[in-house]
Amino acid sequence: MTATADRPRATGTPPTAPPTKRAPSDTTGKTERQIRRIAFSQTLSRWDFKYSPYLYISPFFILFAIVGLFPLLYTAWVSVHEWNLIGGQGDFVGGDNFAFVLQQPQFWIALRNTFSIFLISAVPQVATALLIAAVLDRNLRGKTFWRMGVLLPYIVAPVAVALIFSNMFGDQYGLINNLLGQLGIDPIGWHSEVLPSHLAIATMVNFRWTGYTALILLAAMQAIPRDYYEASMLDGAGVVRQFFSITIPQLRPTLIFVIVTSTIGGLQIFDEPRLYDSAGQGGASGQWMTITIYLYNLGWGQLNFGRAAAVAWLLFLIIVLVGLLNLAITRRIASGDNPQKVLDRASRRAARSAARTARTARTRRDQEVDA
Amino acid sequence: MSAPVLPPVAVVEADARQGSSPAERAAARRPKRRRLQNGQRPGFLAYGFLTAVILGSVFPLYWSFLIGSGDATTITRQDIVWWPGGNFLDNAAAVLTDGSVNFWRAVGNSILVSTVVAAAVVLFSTLAGFAFAKLRFRGRNGLLVFVIATMAVPTQLGVVPLFIAMSELQLAGTLSAVILPAIVSAFGVFWMTQYLSQALPYELIEAARVDGASMIRTFWSVALPAARPAAAMLALFVFIATWTNFFWPFIVLDRQDPTLPVALSLLQSNYFVDYSVVMAGVILSTIPLLILFAVAGRQLVSGIMQGAVKG
Repeated sequence: MTATADRPRATGTPPTAPPTKRAPSDTTGKTERQIRRIAFSQTLSRWDFKYSPYLYISPFFILFAIVGLFPLLYTAWVSVHEWNLIGGQGDFVGGDNFAFVLQQPQFWIALRNTFSIFLISAVPQVATALLIAAVLDRNLRGKTFWRMGVLLPYIVAPVAVALIFSNMFGDQYGLINNLLGQLGIDPIGWHSEVLPSHLAIATMVNFRWTGYTALILLAAMQAIPRDYYEASMLDGAGVVRQFFSITIPQLRPTLIFVIVTSTIGGLQIFDEPRLYDSAGQGGASGQWMTITIYLYNLGWGQLNFGRAAAVAWLLFLIIVLVGLLNLAITRRIASGDNPQKVLDRASRRAARSAARTARTARTRRDQEVDA
Repeated sequence: MSAPVLPPVAVVEADARQGSSPAERAAARRPKRRRLQNGQRPGFLAYGFLTAVILGSVFPLYWSFLIGSGDATTITRQDIVWWPGGNFLDNAAAVLTDGSVNFWRAVGNSILVSTVVAAAVVLFSTLAGFAFAKLRFRGRNGLLVFVIATMAVPTQLGVVPLFIAMSELQLAGTLSAVILPAIVSAFGVFWMTQYLSQALPYELIEAARVDGASMIRTFWSVALPAARPAAAMLALFVFIATWTNFFWPFIVLDRQDPTLPVALSLLQSNYFVDYSVVMAGVILSTIPLLILFAVAGRQLVSGIMQGAVKG
């Protein structure tokens, strides 16, 4: 950089000089005189000012282009070719890979499983997180302790979570079936049947993420103006009434973003179902095989990259579709019963925080690819 | 550095006003709320509920320790065992000395990968965040929008070509293949931009410039110290995310040279009969993050809260 070249300027210019003179658009007579006096270092300094921002942002853009953008675009190329892990690129086959995948009953089973696991994890998760957040939002003793306790599962790797829970949900000797047995309930085939296996996997997801979601919702709750609660208290509203009439409506944007991001993450689920049994194929008849497991099996099991890339694109399309659906529903709700005038400032702030929330959550999931 | 006395430059002043005012308003509101809430503490119901939630968070970990400290027969007992046995060290030793799963190597790999990725993400994000938040350059807004837009695309979409690329570069199977795709993060850039646009007054930058500091010097001595709290937070989250990441390392790494989650998955396929060894491995792989959580749990909590609120 120009650190050394800058130095003469430091001694040569009086420290009280207005820094505006470096902005090229602000050239005044006085500035010109100074530029002439210390021309070279001044020029360097101006270059420094003008071009170094690009230098600072370039690592991100260069690396992103290589490891992010290029693979995204290249997926499209791979998906329309015959492509083998060992042989590499083969003939152009157009939509054949897509057609093949769409004709496989396995794909549809995987799609069903993914949505089923997603729905029975996301819905209870958001509901529970709301409840936890509402309790955490009260004036508790030892706030930090409770918040940390709720967050603890977040540091357990999904793989570890999967191993622990697949043990607890063991068909023969698992803890859950043992407990059920003591209550006189017949053992449930957590690993052999479709819905029970989905429930078990959803439990894993909820174990890890509920506390995290609760903290996000808690943050949004704390941004709700307390005047609302005060006013409602004067009107005689109880805690429950306040929760449904103030908290929930005010949280709507954050809630929606939590739902959208958990959709994106949920539709990509891999770790938990993959580790749910030691074979990792998603069950003997694909009871809990998800789209990403299917993608992995096509690519690294059958060594067919073209088809795997096609599945990746289909998954992406599904995520976009669900995202658009979410958005449409959101718009409808937002333009419907919301008394904009009263909520305006608050809801705008909530929307801002929600947008940020979404990005936090999305990246957390992006970085884990498969959360 | 002495208090900035220079008036902020006109061109950047507009940005300053736009960036910091919501946060100031939010900050001004916060104390008011605390005052209002004091006095009315919630009842036993709230504490009972939270205790139940926390027991639910802890129990699976305790359960894995229960199994991990037992022997192969523990899991097959018909009555439920509630107290740990004495075999944890034996099981841990079995995990660590097992020839087919190189657990020590996995620990080392995970530490290395997570540290490098966290450090790189923080460095690149702070650099870019500084530029986006405080410097004026052509195309800034467009580029920032692009960064944010990239956060919406699932990385999974690129997994197949990324693997092809890594194979072509002869990197498949090496740790570089895990590190490389992770060392830049759009979220990190966004996070630091957000933080620095509020936490770093233009006056400080101007003062540094007037004192003759070059851009990089300004970054190093002014922006970086100001960014420290957010950088620490980002490092923490990236570290955890990298440590727990499975899908991509599982695809690209050699079975002989895994990261911890990959090693765990191998343990399971090797030891599916003896769950006590697998669970000992689970505990071993979680201990480092448990320590991190004990040290930095408070920051983690406020990080999530801030990520959602500040701005």
